Amino acid sequence: MAAQLPALIPVPLLVLSILAPAVGMWRQSLAFWLAVATIAFSTAMSGWALAHVIAHGPMTYALGGWEPPIGIEYVVDHVAAFVSLIVMGVALAVVVATRRMAEQEMQGRLGLYYSLVLLLLAGLTGMIVTADLFNLFVFLEISSLAGYALVFLGGRRGMLAGYRYLILGTLGGAFYLLGVAFLYFGTGTLNMGHTLEILSASEATTSIAAGAVFIFVGLGLKMALVPLHLWLPDAYTFSPSSVNTLIAPIMTKVGAYAMLRMFLSVFPEGYLIDEVPIGQALVVLGGIGVVFGAAAAFRQQDIRRLLAYSSVSQLAFIAIGIGLATPLGYVAALLHIMNHALMKGTLFLAVMAVRLQTGVSEVPALAGLGRRLPITAAAFTVGAIAMVGVPPTAGFFSKWYLSIAAVEQDLWVILAVVLVSSLLSAAYLFRVLERAYLAQAPDISHKAPETQRNKLPLLGVTWEPKADVLLPLVLVAAATIVLGVLNVAVVRHVLEPGT
Amino acid sequence: MDELAARFPYFMIAILLAVGVWGMVGKRSLVKKLIGLNVLQSAIILFFINGSIRDGGTVPILFFGEHANAEEFVNPLPHVLMLTAIVVSVAVTAVALAFLTRIHREFGSVDEAEILSEMEQQA
Amino acid sequence: MIEASPLPAVAVAVPLLGAMLVAALGSKPNVRDGVSIALALATLGLVVSMLPGTKDGRIASATLLELAPGINIALRADAAGMLFATLASFLWVPTSVYSIGYMRGMEEQKQSRFFAAFALSIGAALGVALAANLLTFVLFYELLTLFTYPLVIHRESDEAVRAGRKYLLYTLGGGLALIAGTAWLALLGIDTTFSEGGVLGSLAGRDATVWALFMLLAGGVIVKAAVMPLHSWLPAAMVAPTPVSALLHAVAVVKAGVFGVVRVLIFVFGVDLLRDIGAWQVLAIGAAATVILASLLALRHDNLKRRLAYSTVSHLSYIVLGVALLGPLALTGALLHLIGHGVTKITLFFCAGAIHVRTHRENVSELDGIGKQMPVTMGAFALASLSMAGMPPFVLFASKWYLGAGAVDASATAFLFVYIVSGVLSAAYLFPTVVRAFWGSSPSFTWSGWPGEASPKMVVPLLLTGLLALFWGIVPDLPFSFLDLASQVANGAGGGG
Repeated sequence: MAAQLPALIPVPLLVLSILAPAVGMWRQSLAFWLAVATIAFSTAMSGWALAHVIAHGPMTYALGGWEPPIGIEYVVDHVAAFVSLIVMGVALAVVVATRRMAEQEMQGRLGLYYSLVLLLLAGLTGMIVTADLFNLFVFLEISSLAGYALVFLGGRRGMLAGYRYLILGTLGGAFYLLGVAFLYFGTGTLNMGHTLEILSASEATTSIAAGAVFIFVGLGLKMALVPLHLWLPDAYTFSPSSVNTLIAPIMTKVGAYAMLRMFLSVFPEGYLIDEVPIGQALVVLGGIGVVFGAAAAFRQQDIRRLLAYSSVSQLAFIAIGIGLATPLGYVAALLHIMNHALMKGTLFLAVMAVRLQTGVSEVPALAGLGRRLPITAAAFTVGAIAMVGVPPTAGFFSKWYLSIAAVEQDLWVILAVVLVSSLLSAAYLFRVLERAYLAQAPDISHKAPETQRNKLPLLGVTWEPKADVLLPLVLVAAATIVLGVLNVAVVRHVLEPGT
Repeated sequence: MDELAARFPYFMIAILLAVGVWGMVGKRSLVKKLIGLNVLQSAIILFFINGSIRDGGTVPILFFGEHANAEEFVNPLPHVLMLTAIVVSVAVTAVALAFLTRIHREFGSVDEAEILSEMEQQA
Repeated sequence: MIEASPLPAVAVAVPLLGAMLVAALGSKPNVRDGVSIALALATLGLVVSMLPGTKDGRIASATLLELAPGINIALRADAAGMLFATLASFLWVPTSVYSIGYMRGMEEQKQSRFFAAFALSIGAALGVALAANLLTFVLFYELLTLFTYPLVIHRESDEAVRAGRKYLLYTLGGGLALIAGTAWLALLGIDTTFSEGGVLGSLAGRDATVWALFMLLAGGVIVKAAVMPLHSWLPAAMVAPTPVSALLHAVAVVKAGVFGVVRVLIFVFGVDLLRDIGAWQVLAIGAAATVILASLLALRHDNLKRRLAYSTVSHLSYIVLGVALLGPLALTGALLHLIGHGVTKITLFFCAGAIHVRTHRENVSELDGIGKQMPVTMGAFALASLSMAGMPPFVLFASKWYLGAGAVDASATAFLFVYIVSGVLSAAYLFPTVVRAFWGSSPSFTWSGWPGEASPKMVVPLLLTGLLALFWGIVPDLPFSFLDLASQVANGAGGGG
């Protein structure tokens, strides 16, 4: 069965996403269990794949028995297995935790909702495992379509946000496809490994360069690289809470992963620096994005919007790592893909929990929640501290590697940007923490009816949600610290062999 | 002159691309944005197909027993890819149209500025 | 000789883990406060148990997991580290007792959070003290910032929140410079395990690199050491409850900064390298200017805690200056001053807190005649004031003696005058308080009918530390061998000639 592993990650998600609406029509609640079982299966497969890759090296799988370069090839190497495990693991925690939120928000359309969730994850994992440039486009569109629909479910404001997201997202996809066209006509192949061989052996041409630029713009849009981030804040803010909790930690990461793939497996080493200045563009735009995103986050009143801009900033951080195009840079980028997925997962889960219990998400209204929801607030604090990058949380180590990678290239400005960004993160996140812990709110008009209250050992009566929300939240928060402390193991066994 | 003629399809494709992007980004009407999107996707499809053409090439159908010489056929792969791309494009258009009907029912308009101003009033 | 031993790790872990217990016992204040004191005693016991080994050169060392490739979290009880660790863990005991009296006397809110954060801060400070390499040091240095933040904003007033922001901005900013420098060293492949004589020998001759590293690393630590112009977080942080000001802003946090200066200058750069590039002069001049300016600013402040804060700024720079002079005498003096100032300044803050609890007064000008009401408190205050001014035979006289001798030794006599002038200034900003307290009288106000001394929980600790300021001036080696350890560090650091 190990030989089939690459396919076993995305395919069940895809198949069961078609089944989910039917199941949902029969029994609403069953759709949830179907989704959780499928995601858990894919997560387990990702974990197994990672173990297998560490032990035996990368795996390939020819789809339908057609050998590459003719057929479509799936490749699971260290990086793919790693990102897949992160994405699926966080998705699993989020889907479990958002069950009641989704029941509230989706009102009788749970079958469709979980179908879209599975489709989204199928697209994302497909993008991760595929080694075919055109197949990547197809999976990109699958995940995006599901994403548009999920955002669109967020009421009146979500509709416009979803539609705009669709227009811009499809524009990104179209650019990517155009780039693939240039590449294909230049090399005659769509297989990534094959493309790499051909490009390594031949002279650089203008059409390949043009292809690279289009791919860069297309994927830049997907990973919300400044100034192509415009779709992101609205999509995160106005989508349903169950949705943004899911897409915020993972979706843009896969865009970043695809960008990294281009550097690692499609273009020869140094090509995207020397022949086309894409690495440089990523570093410069990343540097701008880190500061811009953090500065914009500081001004936001709605905490989801604040976190959305923080994502813009953090993704720019990943972009810098990729753009440096050195092993250390890649390690920093990949580590931050993991760390950011965990940190944002923690933060959005905490915000979702607050919204589930009290209905608020504006910063001023958070006053006093540290006392009402102590565990949720503690988890949020962990996520926030990790974002600031205080050791030994995960966020520190991505900062560490990126600092080293920047110094290695004598990019002192980038070093300054990386360091200053954590001060800026502290500025906007501590604003929230101050509010949650300190502000004495005389009459907080949270809805929190009696039924929402939850008596916990040691803490007494709180407004904490039940264990199905708390447990995933605490686990993801704990992972931010544990994986931070264990980062050397991750880097040594997974990231260094993979890059 | 021949040079120019040979490049004619590329100019047309470039113009279509530009029109498409302009429609998506520059137009206020959400419907026109969608039309721009379709123009853009058509341009890309044309680009792929145009690239597959070979002078004197014929339909890539292999009859049993015949000797196959790749020089005689147009490249079939882009056509196959574009079938998929068309499917994707149709799916996106369908989803977008579904969104549009919902938006129109909700706001009574498909003009971005009008929708925004109405949302402001609501808020 | 290095000996593998779990003790350093346990000593750091006890307060860190104990804090959770303290936080969990919120509903039972008596048990919680008992646990706090027990933690303090246990930690002190653990630290002191490592002392004999350190003196004999058998250095307990614990290596935990790998934090970055090739760099472990490692803790080591070397002489310099033990000096600071002993001071912090010892002073935690009287402060715990005092805090209980203070917090109850003031009926402060959220006492569990306070005591838990306090224990965490001490744990982080011990981590800073015992860190065996730069990355471990940075780890605990950052944690210290984080754990003390809840204490600074304890009052939760707007002023406290503003002070908290300022505190974070300065200390996190300093931490970032440290991180950048540490990352750079990691890239250069230099093992930053602290060693006497420094670890940057391989960079000799690359002056620009060394200078840049110096700016980052020394710049990072002097923020917490409150060297001007990076000092202004410290007076602002005085909005915290007085026990916090006492232990953290006179001992743990700021001393972590000063201790960081020792670690960075002596154990990372090394005396020889700093002499070669002349970087010490920049730091010495900055520190000397801070000594004088901060003393002058202290004169201008009527608020007692603020006055003490500026006095702290001034005395911290004594130590920084002593380290920057790079000689064995000056270094001995600096380390002794670290100890002496800790025990002296904590007394002054304890007194200020006791006065505040009883009278709710904070300004020097309102304290005329209070000495008759609170004779023990003001007596301890007088002892500590004498020590601050460097009068023999108090502990700060001994340290200043070494510092001054070090300045002469380094042929930098100008700095000797800095020490002398600031001694006079210290007297000028502290003695009037004492004089007015005992002999002054306000025409418009009498103390008759006011309550006397604060509760014994507060008076006993402040009397103890006040007497120690005298005692350690006469026998600095009892019971913790402070002078012994300090000269051990100074002699090992090299640069004797």
